[in-house]
Amino acid sequence: MSIVVSELRHTYNEGTPARSEALRGVSVVIERGQWVSIVGHTGSGKSTLAQHLNLLLLPQSGSVSIDGTDVTRDAKNLRGLRRRVGLVFQYPEQQFFAETVRDEIEFAPLNWGVTGRELDECVEMAVRSSGLDPALLGSNPFAISGGQRRRAALASVLSMRPDYLVLDEPTAGLDAAGIRELRQLMASVRDEGMGVVQVTHDLEGALANSDRILVLERGVGVTCGDAESVAEYLLRSPVQGLLMPPLARFIAGLRERGIHLPLTAGVGDVINSLEERLGCEV
Amino acid sequence: MRSLNNISLGQFIPGDSLIHRLDPRCKIVCTFMLLAGLFMASEPLDFVLWCALPCLFSRLSGTSMTTILKTGRPVVFLVAVTVFINLLWTPGHEILRIGPLRVTWEGITVAVGMGLRLFFLVIFAAMLMMTTSPMDFSAGLERLMSPIGRLGLPTSEMAMMMTIALRFIPTLFEETDRILKAQISRGADFDSGGLIRRARSFVPVLVPLFVLVFLRAENLATAMESRCYSPGAPRTRLHPLRWAARDSVAVICLFSFIAAVVALDRLVLGGVRPFR
Ligand SMILES: Nc1ncnc2c1ncn2[C@@H]1O[C@H](COP(=O)(O)OP(=O)(O)O)[C@@H](O)[C@H]1O
Ligand SMILES: [Mg+2]
Repeated sequence: MSIVVSELRHTYNEGTPARSEALRGVSVVIERGQWVSIVGHTGSGKSTLAQHLNLLLLPQSGSVSIDGTDVTRDAKNLRGLRRRVGLVFQYPEQQFFAETVRDEIEFAPLNWGVTGRELDECVEMAVRSSGLDPALLGSNPFAISGGQRRRAALASVLSMRPDYLVLDEPTAGLDAAGIRELRQLMASVRDEGMGVVQVTHDLEGALANSDRILVLERGVGVTCGDAESVAEYLLRSPVQGLLMPPLARFIAGLRERGIHLPLTAGVGDVINSLEERLGCEV
Repeated sequence: MRSLNNISLGQFIPGDSLIHRLDPRCKIVCTFMLLAGLFMASEPLDFVLWCALPCLFSRLSGTSMTTILKTGRPVVFLVAVTVFINLLWTPGHEILRIGPLRVTWEGITVAVGMGLRLFFLVIFAAMLMMTTSPMDFSAGLERLMSPIGRLGLPTSEMAMMMTIALRFIPTLFEETDRILKAQISRGADFDSGGLIRRARSFVPVLVPLFVLVFLRAENLATAMESRCYSPGAPRTRLHPLRWAARDSVAVICLFSFIAAVVALDRLVLGGVRPFR
């Protein structure tokens, strides 16, 4: 069960001077139960790719298939397929329109005709997975705190019970604590078997958290793999706009002095191997 | 797929072509000459000649012919109605009769002329807007209106208001597109149901849009005030408009072309005709 993107291309404004090739042949596989990060500089095509996963954009060339269904072959069932892939936009709280948080969360399942007992279950599940304070369900979504608003926005997408969750720059505008909580939330829905796709330009966060990373540069997927192999790649051939995290650069420096460690090793591992090498405490 | 990505209402498309670099005053004057010229055209042959202009424009501005023609799409319905009315209600030499409806030779020429005129009108206006940034456009208009300013009308405030309004159109499209997409991905359906249901389905788009627009407006006002904008105070320009040789050349060429077509129409194709 996976989303398979292959050789995807997308050009905006074809035939005008503003023509812009956002994707120029990108391939990636997103398995359920995996956390995939898409990293790249601003304008590298991340959001365009994210919108293809949710079928807001359809392939101009190349293909996207969701759990084995090629979306261009099944154009009549777009709505059905779209329900499987929840998309959380950047600043999702800007989509709020309803009078209460509950209405906001019920919007998606109602759109797919869910009612009664099942609707309540959807809301309850969404509130639980998003960590939203259930006491706020009756409040005005515009009046609750920033952190809770982001959770309510997540709940309003989780309530459609998607199999995949795509988040476009979900950490934008959150403080460090907010980012940590959001990451825990993403890890827990991943562990429940959902496929999680995180679009970000924060390489450090992606290396530390995801199962697989796709690196985009000017619309081309330059490398894709687990954190360690992507870090190794980026060390060999730097990519526009992506800076290796300080610890990884330190480890790269240690390698030149004969201490070999994985680039994604944690602070503890680095200290241990330094102590081993020096024979004393550092 | 409902999306505003490819909307072609003659929005500004940034570029660096010859047409883009012309002085906005030149382009505004040229557009008015074109509109005046259009209403002097009466023979179908004139319109064949007029077709040269969009083609030339396409070459010089790097905009594809399809994009230019698409800007006429919103008025296709209006054009069709005009053609239809003129076709059936113009008296003259009858050539076809279906029941009470009669089609005359005069009807055909008038209908085709009217339809083409309307279509060209929209395309010419779109050509101006596609190659002139809102900033340039309102600067050009402000300068062209400055004689009226001496009479005491607030021309520069009017131009500033227009700049802001025009400046916000693309932003508004972007925001609408984003909110539409966000609600579609939450399953919103804008295409089914009756009129009322469909109108209601836009509430989830309009409410967030209003909230955003008000926030933006407030930010903009703060930003303008913090940089000491005060209405009525005289302002200078960072990039003063410069009328270059090419602007004069463009105006002269276009004027000659229009004059030639009108002369051809009046002198060769059958004398002075009343405006139809
Ligand atoms: N709606 C749009 N219309 C025209 N061009 C667009 C649109 N959205 C994105 N682009 C262009 O496509 C490229 C990729 O954009 P995007 O996918 O938003 O990148 P990212 O999310 O990585 O910053 C950019 O050059 C951008 O200018
Ligand atoms: Mg983006």
